[in-house]
Amino acid sequence: MAELKFSRDHEWVRLDGNIATIGITDHAQTALGDVVFVDLPEAGRQVAAGDAVAVVESVKAASDVYAPVGGTITESNAALADDPAMVNSAAQSEGWFFRMEVADPSELDALMDAEAYQAFVDSEA
Amino acid sequence: MAETLLETPLASLHRELGARMVPFAGYAMPVQYPAGILAEHLATRRGATLFDVSHMGQAELRGEGAAEALERLTPADVRILKPGRQKYGLLTTEAGGILDDFMVANLGDRLFLVLNASRKDVDCAAIEAALPAGVTLNRLPDRALLAFQGPAAVPALAALAPDVAALPFMGVAATRIGDIPVLVSRSGYTGEDGVEISVAGDRAEILARALLALTGAAPAGLGARDSLRLEAGLCLYGNDIDETTSPVEAGLTWTIGKRRRTEWNFPGAARVREELENGPARLRVGILPEGRQPARAHTAIAVGGETVGEVTSGTFGPSLNGPCAMGYVARGHAADGTALELMVRGRAIPARVAATPFIPHRYAR
Repeated sequence: MAELKFSRDHEWVRLDGNIATIGITDHAQTALGDVVFVDLPEAGRQVAAGDAVAVVESVKAASDVYAPVGGTITESNAALADDPAMVNSAAQSEGWFFRMEVADPSELDALMDAEAYQAFVDSEA
Repeated sequence: MAETLLETPLASLHRELGARMVPFAGYAMPVQYPAGILAEHLATRRGATLFDVSHMGQAELRGEGAAEALERLTPADVRILKPGRQKYGLLTTEAGGILDDFMVANLGDRLFLVLNASRKDVDCAAIEAALPAGVTLNRLPDRALLAFQGPAAVPALAALAPDVAALPFMGVAATRIGDIPVLVSRSGYTGEDGVEISVAGDRAEILARALLALTGAAPAGLGARDSLRLEAGLCLYGNDIDETTSPVEAGLTWTIGKRRRTEWNFPGAARVREELENGPARLRVGILPEGRQPARAHTAIAVGGETVGEVTSGTFGPSLNGPCAMGYVARGHAADGTALELMVRGRAIPARVAATPFIPHRYAR
């Protein structure tokens, strides 16, 4: 399985071929608290890196989820509609948000690896 | 952080319990513990939870004519309040807005007040400015306030303080929990049975630990407190009521004493009287959005594409297992069942005006 890359907006990306799977990081789900609703993008939507494409709502607040790279949405995680708490229990696996066909895989080079992301999180604390 | 946050006497206990602390009204307060808001909310409805609300203002009014003096600032009937009883009331502005909402208890020789943290300075200045000679306001900054809430709270507390179980809803008594002198009122902000306990700050941690050691008790933070009070249909000052909202618009006319409605001698009486006679332009209503997405404060409310109001509080209600909100709508759209659209992120979410509380109150009788 490909290595995860991380954005400064606390999303993770896993690239398989030219399809990227995207979710929010374990750090992000901890900060949000109990997730009660997720609004996910429609397949076919074209997005640029940095576009707000999904919303995650905890009891307390709503947060945007951004596309870490540009491309076309191919699929959203329908299981989150019935079980949004999966974002808390499995943020970096079954709790993925959406998949997209990446327009330019070199955009992933701008993202952090796990070690750099951890350092980034520590610097924000 | 630019400003130094104040701490309550339970600050070190919160840290020990793993609380996530957030700034609130100038204080570092626990928004949640490791269990999380959802679990803390449900634990309150099912069992017993302990909230630190020591940021709230506590004060006492002493002297002959204290009740009459307070009535200069509120439309509540304070004089009718019997010793050992507490009531909820509003401080009003000359323009007919709400300066704050508060609790007042008659302790026999004095009145005891509980004020919102964000408003206590404003309130006390207003009260002091209205006091006649012989009546004094004593602020009690060295006292802590704990809320022990939920159906199991009073039964569990009775092991330490048997007389608390005999208190009726909104009853108040000076008593002891173990050997700690406390002032207990059978009240709260969750819709559940429970008590609020005023205690000397230097005994607060001992008391909190004793309460948390009771069977089934757990700590709960401000996050759960907010979702609990919203499900219970209770207003939050600064969100649902403020200096621009009147008691009539807020649906809080029940806090205006019958006698006060013949005297009309409280701040803002002209606006209140006019709105009672002709109806207010807008009304606070409960709102149930369809689906699961919460509509938060400041969400625009529309009917047929036209804006008719705004959400003032909105969350996901853990006991409802769905979103709930309250807000103000033009009076013509305030009837229960009225279809509304909530404009969330550019989309219209269908919703209905609904009676509050969303979760029935279960206060002691």
